[in-house]
Amino acid sequence: MTPTAPASAPADTSVLSLRSISKTFGAVAALTDVDLDVAPGQVVAVVGDNGAGKSTLVKVLAGVHAPTSGTITFEQRTVTIDDPATAHDLGIATVFQDLALCENLNVIENLFLGREINALRLDDVAMEVRSWELLRQLSAKIPTVRIPVASLSGGQRQTVAIARSLIGDPRVIILDEPTAALGVAQTAEVLNLVERLRERGLGVIMISHNMEDVRAVADKVAVLRLGRNNGVFDVQDVSSEEIIAAITGATDNAVSQRASRRQGATTTHEGAPS
Amino acid sequence: MTTTDQPAEQTAVATDLQDERLRRSSGLRGTVDAQVRRIKDGDLGVLPVVAGLVVIWGVLQALNPIFLSSANLVNLTLECASVGIIALGVVFMLLVGQIDLSVGSVSGLSSAIVAILFVDKGLPVVVAIVAAVLAGAVVGFAYSLMFNRFGVPSFVITLAGLLGFLGLQLYLLGAQGSINLPFDSGLVKFAQLWFVPPWLSYVLVVLAAGGLLVTGLAHSRKRAAAGLSHRGLTDLGVRSAVLLLLLGFVVFYLNQTRGVGWMFVLFVGLVLVMHYLLSRTKWGRSVYAVGGNVEAARRAGINVRLVYTSCFMLCTSFAALGGVLAAARLAAANQSSGGGDVNLNAIAAAVIGGTSLFGGRGTAFAALLGVLVIQSISSGLTLLSLDSSFRFMVTGAVLMLAVALDSAARRTRASSGRA
Ligand SMILES: Nc1ncnc2c1ncn2[C@@H]1O[C@H](COP(=O)(O)OP(=O)(O)OP(=O)(O)O)[C@@H](O)[C@H]1O
Ligand SMILES: [Mg+2]
Repeated sequence: MTPTAPASAPADTSVLSLRSISKTFGAVAALTDVDLDVAPGQVVAVVGDNGAGKSTLVKVLAGVHAPTSGTITFEQRTVTIDDPATAHDLGIATVFQDLALCENLNVIENLFLGREINALRLDDVAMEVRSWELLRQLSAKIPTVRIPVASLSGGQRQTVAIARSLIGDPRVIILDEPTAALGVAQTAEVLNLVERLRERGLGVIMISHNMEDVRAVADKVAVLRLGRNNGVFDVQDVSSEEIIAAITGATDNAVSQRASRRQGATTTHEGAPS
Repeated sequence: MTTTDQPAEQTAVATDLQDERLRRSSGLRGTVDAQVRRIKDGDLGVLPVVAGLVVIWGVLQALNPIFLSSANLVNLTLECASVGIIALGVVFMLLVGQIDLSVGSVSGLSSAIVAILFVDKGLPVVVAIVAAVLAGAVVGFAYSLMFNRFGVPSFVITLAGLLGFLGLQLYLLGAQGSINLPFDSGLVKFAQLWFVPPWLSYVLVVLAAGGLLVTGLAHSRKRAAAGLSHRGLTDLGVRSAVLLLLLGFVVFYLNQTRGVGWMFVLFVGLVLVMHYLLSRTKWGRSVYAVGGNVEAARRAGINVRLVYTSCFMLCTSFAALGGVLAAARLAAANQSSGGGDVNLNAIAAAVIGGTSLFGGRGTAFAALLGVLVIQSISSGLTLLSLDSSFRFMVTGAVLMLAVALDSAARRTRASSGRA
């Protein structure tokens, strides 16, 4: 286990660097001095317990919440992302945990919301064609793109939200639990997509509770615990147990106890006289 | 011609029809089927209000045979324009999930402004009109500042406006209390005497139907070229022919007496322009998005405050324009201009026309259809020499029905996946 100590200056290979980002909501310090680096063509998984501050971090990067303090460097420039439009303009695309879709609008309208083709005379044909391309690419099982999002299933909505982040020409894509509601095939497609994005040289930040998914696609794993950095690991040299230990803050944790209990149970069972 | 009536018979299935769960239907039959299905699922669109209009007209005609006479209908169209334009503004407020309770007062204030500037100050009529509408826009801007900066609910802001601007109207009209507009002025003539020459009215009808056909065909071709499903020639032809016959008949019937008033044409024109803005522009999309889910709209990078500001300003500007036309129609501005039931009629018209009170749902046509219902009731009951007490009760009942339908349809949509 080799937690790479975060460099104090932004690494010049990174497309996006955070330095001592803090965010407080009233008395709650959701994030405290968080550092994070994403290089082009790199997938960084951010993991942590419920309430660790992952979604808050995402929202800071998406311009939804302004950080209380700290600096964000995007493509070697210090930037302030004070609203979502700024994040889009920089090239940071986000899939939110709550998806942030408009239920009364249809799939095409949601995909292109805020980035419609031809502002004064909408080109709905071009938008529909592009929508189908994106959805097919994600193996989306959506029968028609002309129905309101309200009538889609949870997984279909999640696919729409992911497809939306691909519109435009993003440099960094942030996915907040993108596979939480997805079926087996769709999860595989999203993981494939993440790999394709990496090949295209995009920086990807993926938040996930699923260790298998994390180990399958991520290059680095950054652990957040109670709003603070708790280590950054290279995926190759770390085991799931070590990550879980970092997430929960102890080697002796609920997950390991449970694992050893089950281990014990199996052993007893096998050891029982026949 | 790349269009066919049977897209399903094409060699390749269109990109948007490939999912096997999709119920495929094509041609004219398919269009009808799809409509029926939408209505069953609670996506009522304009159907309830059209049906309501038919019922109301039937009843009123049965009670008094003059009701559907050409002369009365011409009068009806002229009476519609000012409240209808105010209702058009209200539609925008409802679409973003807000409300403006002060449209009546703002229209009354604008009546007063136009009369004072034009008659008392002797300014050119155009200047007076522009000033009145600008005053309306300024009111909307002030509302939006209160709303965006301090987060005061629109309900409260405009309730204050309702009182405040009524006061200002009374103050401006002052001692006289009433100002008459000269009958020979263009403004009054526009509202009372100017009608579209019959030949021109038919030309406009043909242009409308032709326009629908041409844009429909162009759109259909573009979709075909992109490999998407598209409407066939018959389908589009029938649609345009129906419009041609319907509009042609209406215009023909109105032309039996005075004809189609320019003021009504102005109203319909504004409805069409607003329909275009809502359905075919980026701004229109953002209006629906804000009404549907403000936070999602904000995260999509939409300038939510600007959208609210534009809707507040449109609403009060339309209210002011409605006030100008009301003054022109009456040839006077007085203390009761914009008072009485103007406010509630305009809001009721928008809701009866099918604009949801829950935001994000409705079209510009709601104003046209809704105001036709309201004015029909009012005109019919006046013909029966029933006083306003009955009018209020009937209008109230119809509004209640419309709101109940909106809520019921909302529930049906939720269960059939069209929310
Ligand atoms: N808008 C807000 N106002 C107040 N507190 C908030 C707000 N958003 C988040 N918090 C607090 O910040 C902390 C971190 O929340 P966050 O949503 O970032 O957790 P998370 O790591 O995404 O958790 P999960 O795995 O459950 O999604 C929590 O204690 C939460 O209560
Ligand atoms: Mg979260």
